[in-house]
Amino acid sequence: MVLSRFSQLGARFLKESGIVTGKAQEESSEQKEKITVTFVDKDGEEKVIQVPMGMSMLEAAHENDIELEGACEGSLACSTCHVIVMDMEYYNKLEDPADEENDMLDLAFGLTETSRLGCQVIAKPELDGMRLALPAATRNFAVDGFVPKPH
Amino acid sequence: MGQLLLHGWKLISRGFSSLTPHPLRVCIVGSGPAGFYTAEKMLKALDGAEVDILDRLPTPFGLVRSGVAPDHPETKLSHLPETWKQIVVNQFSRVAANERCSFFGNVNLGTTVSLSDLCKMYDAVVLAYGAESDRYLGVPGEDLGGIYSAREFVWWYNGHPDCSNVSPDLKNTDTAVVLGQGNVALDVARILLRPINELETTDIAEHALTSLRESTIRKVYLVGRRGPVQAACTAKELREILGIKDLHVCIQKADLLTSAADEEELKKGRIQRRVYELFSKAATSHQQHDIVGQRELHFMFFRKPDRFLPSESGNTVSGVRLEKTCLKENGASGKQVAVGTGQFEDLKCGLVLKSVGYKSVPVDGLPFDEYRGVVPNMKGRVLSLDQAEHAIVEKGLYVTGWLKRGPTGIIATNLYCAEETVASILEDFKNGLLTPSSGSPKPGRQGLLQVLENKNARFVPFSGWEKIDTKERMEGELRNKPRKKITTWEELLLAVDG
Repeated sequence: MVLSRFSQLGARFLKESGIVTGKAQEESSEQKEKITVTFVDKDGEEKVIQVPMGMSMLEAAHENDIELEGACEGSLACSTCHVIVMDMEYYNKLEDPADEENDMLDLAFGLTETSRLGCQVIAKPELDGMRLALPAATRNFAVDGFVPKPH
Repeated sequence: MGQLLLHGWKLISRGFSSLTPHPLRVCIVGSGPAGFYTAEKMLKALDGAEVDILDRLPTPFGLVRSGVAPDHPETKLSHLPETWKQIVVNQFSRVAANERCSFFGNVNLGTTVSLSDLCKMYDAVVLAYGAESDRYLGVPGEDLGGIYSAREFVWWYNGHPDCSNVSPDLKNTDTAVVLGQGNVALDVARILLRPINELETTDIAEHALTSLRESTIRKVYLVGRRGPVQAACTAKELREILGIKDLHVCIQKADLLTSAADEEELKKGRIQRRVYELFSKAATSHQQHDIVGQRELHFMFFRKPDRFLPSESGNTVSGVRLEKTCLKENGASGKQVAVGTGQFEDLKCGLVLKSVGYKSVPVDGLPFDEYRGVVPNMKGRVLSLDQAEHAIVEKGLYVTGWLKRGPTGIIATNLYCAEETVASILEDFKNGLLTPSSGSPKPGRQGLLQVLENKNARFVPFSGWEKIDTKERMEGELRNKPRKKITTWEELLLAVDG
């Protein structure tokens, strides 16, 4: 569930002030089963979400209305769920991509040193606090060299 | 930019739709990935948009049905019940099921309806009919029997109704030569070399299975003008063909030597690096002696076809004369091009498949770039030339997919391509460029139905395709295949009736 900026602040205030106690206990045990992930879109806008253990980043993005395409629905047949892990520290905590993932990353637009397919990044405790950027570049589709004269 | 535009536009369009007296009526010609991704994004972006998708075949999905190789492995992830091909088909079927979307199969742009008809009836016409022709080599003997384009061969084994009678002779020879080293070239080589039992449980066309069962072809040459550094195939496909059981792969170690220019290319290209590594590994590991009767795959580099040699009868091909090449740097582009060295050698064969690129087909009234084989466009808006040779935008006319970009990329590439074209359409709509000058709304779907009725043209609705689909899957189940394809026009239309 996506919380708007306001309700995020509101919830934190209530928790920290101790007003909501019973609920806070529930939430903290819930938090052990979820990690916090921040998605940053190509305009720099951030969205912080909670991802349950074992869920892929692609699934998590879809559950939270984040616009990450997943054309082949996680079957390693495309590269549309390409995400960039913003911190090398977190990138290194991920298992190396298999040949099949690398084959698809080959075709991703705006590939970087810390690029991964969102459907292959699975939530685990060590990834709590990870930040993922959605690639800025989409391929330039203009027909090569054809420049129409202004009219 | 496109994303932001679409996002903001989604908010505006809701209000906009209630202001406009009529919905935006869009006609998409072509129901392959380009057409369907465009339809999907159009329907999502505009609440009131009505989208009609036309296809000249009775069956939708374009190359997803007729291009994807039948032996491509099932998804490697066991938790997914379907192949990725079925996932894409399901996604497209959901688009067709949208109440604002209608599929019209068996409708031909040109003979059933003209482009100007469509422009009169719809606010926006998007051409997504791909590339159904081939680049020509232009060498002597190209018209000899036994020489086909890879496209024809692929359509033949995938049961495309236009190629069900191709009947390539696979029994007159033990050697096939494939010109080109892209993914399509690898596909056709692989189909020729796969153990027949592995093809039996796929949806390969029955007539192809029969031919391949009796095939005497044991050697396939994949011939490229340049070297392994420049090979056009990608890692996944190369890995796949190198992994075929009991296949002896021959790659000359000498061909793997790299020049300084090659090293530069490798440094800049991740895809090229990984492909080159696969070639290197294959050259060293596949060194074992030929087992008698083992099938062979030869990668030939630095060879270009000079001419095709006729057999004694004079009608069919008996070999290819190849000219050895070397690479020269093309100063301007930095790319290395193959240049003939004047050294020739003959390669005997009875089947030649030319896999040197698809090409789009022009249509009456549509601007077309003959050299590149695409429709001139700017972000999907079709461009034509006025009297003074200035490029002008053709109002209401758009293009997407291979017809826009050329025949490159994978299925998912069309997703981004569609996004760009749809963004252009939305921008033009917002700027009032798509409102009819007469003031009264265009007839859209009703207009099309009228035109089809007047011509007594029988179109196939999506439910008609579903009947074909059901029949194919039922017949397939009896044979332990996903489906048994119906491969002639008559039988396809009959299945729609049944």
